[in-house]
Amino acid sequence: MMIAFYITSAITILSTLLVITRKNALHALLFMIISLLSLSIIFYLLGSPFIAALEIIIYAGAIMVLFVFVIMMLNLGRASVNQEKEWLSGKIWIGPAVLAAILLAELIWVIAVHEDIPVSPAVSTPKEVGMKLFGPYLIGVELAAMLLIAGIIGAYHLGKKKKVVYHRFMKGGTK
Amino acid sequence: MTPIPMDHGLLLAAILFAIGLTGALFRRNLIFLLLSVEIMLNAAGLAFVVAGARWGEPDGQVMFIFILTMASVEVAIGLALIVRIYHIFKSIDSDSADKMKG
Repeated sequence: MMIAFYITSAITILSTLLVITRKNALHALLFMIISLLSLSIIFYLLGSPFIAALEIIIYAGAIMVLFVFVIMMLNLGRASVNQEKEWLSGKIWIGPAVLAAILLAELIWVIAVHEDIPVSPAVSTPKEVGMKLFGPYLIGVELAAMLLIAGIIGAYHLGKKKKVVYHRFMKGGTK
Repeated sequence: MTPIPMDHGLLLAAILFAIGLTGALFRRNLIFLLLSVEIMLNAAGLAFVVAGARWGEPDGQVMFIFILTMASVEVAIGLALIVRIYHIFKSIDSDSADKMKG
């Protein structure tokens, strides 16, 4: 279990590093899917199989497909890869990497000061999660529902084409 | 079967968060920016699940479900904005949209 955890962690970190360094957006998405799948294995090892399933179904299944859909709709081909090469050339990444490394070092220092506490081996079933979700956290579920409806309306409003109206008597077609 | 130490799970979350932060800082492509934000949200969710697993309670998983909902809404809005920006500026460079009312 320990060994599986460390191997999967290594795969997650490696594929996530590959995500942010790819030049082709589609390749980055494929590495992101690997990262999500290995993270889902980690969730399974941590005793939450329901979250592991949700990670695959919603993240790798729905959100990544949305990304692929937009990339194909924008038709970003060879030209955008060349542009990425231009943007990523030079030492542009050193500053952000150093800042993030300092933050990471602080986080590691904060986490590593106390002794090792093992996670509990108990596996929580979907039923327990559902009882919590619709019991003490019911207000959160309702807020999430409001957020989702706001998201749907917002995405529809942003995505629709505007009609060009020259005058209220001569309504032009879409441009 | 030895259990996983909690610190190592939290360390993995911290490393993933740092990688996502680096990506969000140095990429100029808006799609990669959104992907980096996804990585960071995932890392935060992992920290919640690890903390929940430490006590053997499902509360961490409940928080992960909320984060998942928020991430999907954020991606829907973000991608709609990216399509809009691409139609207006013909580019998905984040610097192309640096002027308001431009």
